[in-house]
Amino acid sequence: MPLVQIRDVTKVYPPSTRSGDPVRAIDGVDLDIEEGDVYGIIGYSGAGKSTLVRLVNALEPATSGSIVVDGTDITTLPERELRKLRLGIGMIFQQFNLFSSRTVRGNVAYPLQVAGRSRAETRKRVDELLDFVGLADKASNHPDELSGGQKQRVGIARALATSPRILLADEATSALDPETTQEVLGLLRTVNRDFGVTIIAITHEMDVVQSLATKVAVMESGRVVESGEVFEVFSRPRSPAGQRFVSTVVKGVPSDSELAALRERHAGRFVTVTFRDGGASQSEVFLEFGREGIGFELVYGGVNEIQGRAFGNLTLELTGAGDRVDAVIERLRRRVEIVEVV
Amino acid sequence: MDVLVDLAPLFAEATFETLWLVFASLLFGGLGGLVVGLALYLTRAGNLFANRAVFGVLNVVVNIFRPIPFIIFLTAFQPLARLVVGTGIGTEAAIFTLSLASTFGISRIVEQNLLTVSPGVIEAARAAGAGPVRTIVTIVIPEALGPLILGYTFVFVAIVDMSAVAGVINGGGLGAFAIQYGFRQFEPVVTWTALAIVIVLVQFVQFLGNGLARKVLRR
Repeated sequence: MPLVQIRDVTKVYPPSTRSGDPVRAIDGVDLDIEEGDVYGIIGYSGAGKSTLVRLVNALEPATSGSIVVDGTDITTLPERELRKLRLGIGMIFQQFNLFSSRTVRGNVAYPLQVAGRSRAETRKRVDELLDFVGLADKASNHPDELSGGQKQRVGIARALATSPRILLADEATSALDPETTQEVLGLLRTVNRDFGVTIIAITHEMDVVQSLATKVAVMESGRVVESGEVFEVFSRPRSPAGQRFVSTVVKGVPSDSELAALRERHAGRFVTVTFRDGGASQSEVFLEFGREGIGFELVYGGVNEIQGRAFGNLTLELTGAGDRVDAVIERLRRRVEIVEVV
Repeated sequence: MDVLVDLAPLFAEATFETLWLVFASLLFGGLGGLVVGLALYLTRAGNLFANRAVFGVLNVVVNIFRPIPFIIFLTAFQPLARLVVGTGIGTEAAIFTLSLASTFGISRIVEQNLLTVSPGVIEAARAAGAGPVRTIVTIVIPEALGPLILGYTFVFVAIVDMSAVAGVINGGGLGAFAIQYGFRQFEPVVTWTALAIVIVLVQFVQFLGNGLARKVLRR
């Protein structure tokens, strides 16, 4: 049984104007999140990912469907039980949402106070957490004295205070600069690896998914249009939305305008070869062209590594006798994905 | 200046009456305003106890009573004061009506200051497992405390202003004193002395409020 199982869930908001239509923010979503996953949920703003993540800790109640967290269907729980559930689910936010009326220590202590822990226990746990996020020296500072990255680290410490099994990250790095983003992503990786916390991270940035997630779901108009292992989705995105997101970090097939520009400088035939582990290697393919006396030039593409596995899309310009080129392409098709670009 | 010496005991009495009127009204009106202001804030659409009907009624009630000029309010609500405190005249009756009127004014100030608390912060408290009452007491009010202190300081000055007409129902205070012994007796020095005492009082409280708010806001 997955740690979080979402089945045919919808979330409908009442219309914003009297004559308007109800808004289907989530429209029949199924998703399984296994213990230990770092599940990236990607989509443009308005795709419903923020709503989806708030269904998991019941900050928003689902309109229909079932959400089973750790064996309990939370859609039928009363509010009092939901508060207990939320103690086991941490959450961090794009705007950090720290309590400005409390010190760093007071922020991290808050969930422990809510959980009714003793003063001594709270103190010990807060010290541990501040050590972990590297802010032990800022315990008595107020949030407005911290940088963005430090604020998010306090947010992470606060979210982990009650040792939750699940951490929800709502665009946790979107307000940070690239360097700080890497710092925070590194911290989240540690949280997942060392503490075994399952992370559900929503983002609109594909490189966050690439560097953090093990699985990914692509959302569009309230639906999950594609989901699976990050490597699978990145190397072979099937949905148009998935392809658009993947193309932001992976150079794949040249777009029409790029192709037109390439055509001005190259007269030969273009093919795009997709390399994934398990298929033929680059050297095998290039050797095949060479053996037949076909000239090849790399004009577009790139190679990526995700979770230790490499894949790439390389667009080549082939020059040589037409029938021989055809024959080689035909032969290579059995061992590697190869598409003629016209 | 002899007139000031002669009137000194009465001056002291009037000053104490004003302090009593203002602080008692600030206490009762402040609590009433906090409750009504919280109710307005919490029942507003999208907030913790969103309730269109309750918000609508409160909103209309506050809008009706808040802008009534206090001198009219004071006399119009005399029957209610008689009902509640047993008399329609005197300092106690004035305190009741002042408290009632300031409840409406304060409720708006409380509501406006609470609205500045970021919804994200409230969401963070809920995500940490806090229930609505805990969220209000431990997060919403502390987060808005700085502006609330400034708001109550502003209200203090407004109540000093309103208390000056308490004399209409024989409520006493510096306002009545300045009219009776200054204006009507052609003794501008009495009027100006009453004025000076009010200025000192207001300056002192404003200074205190600013200092306290600065401490809370740490700016």
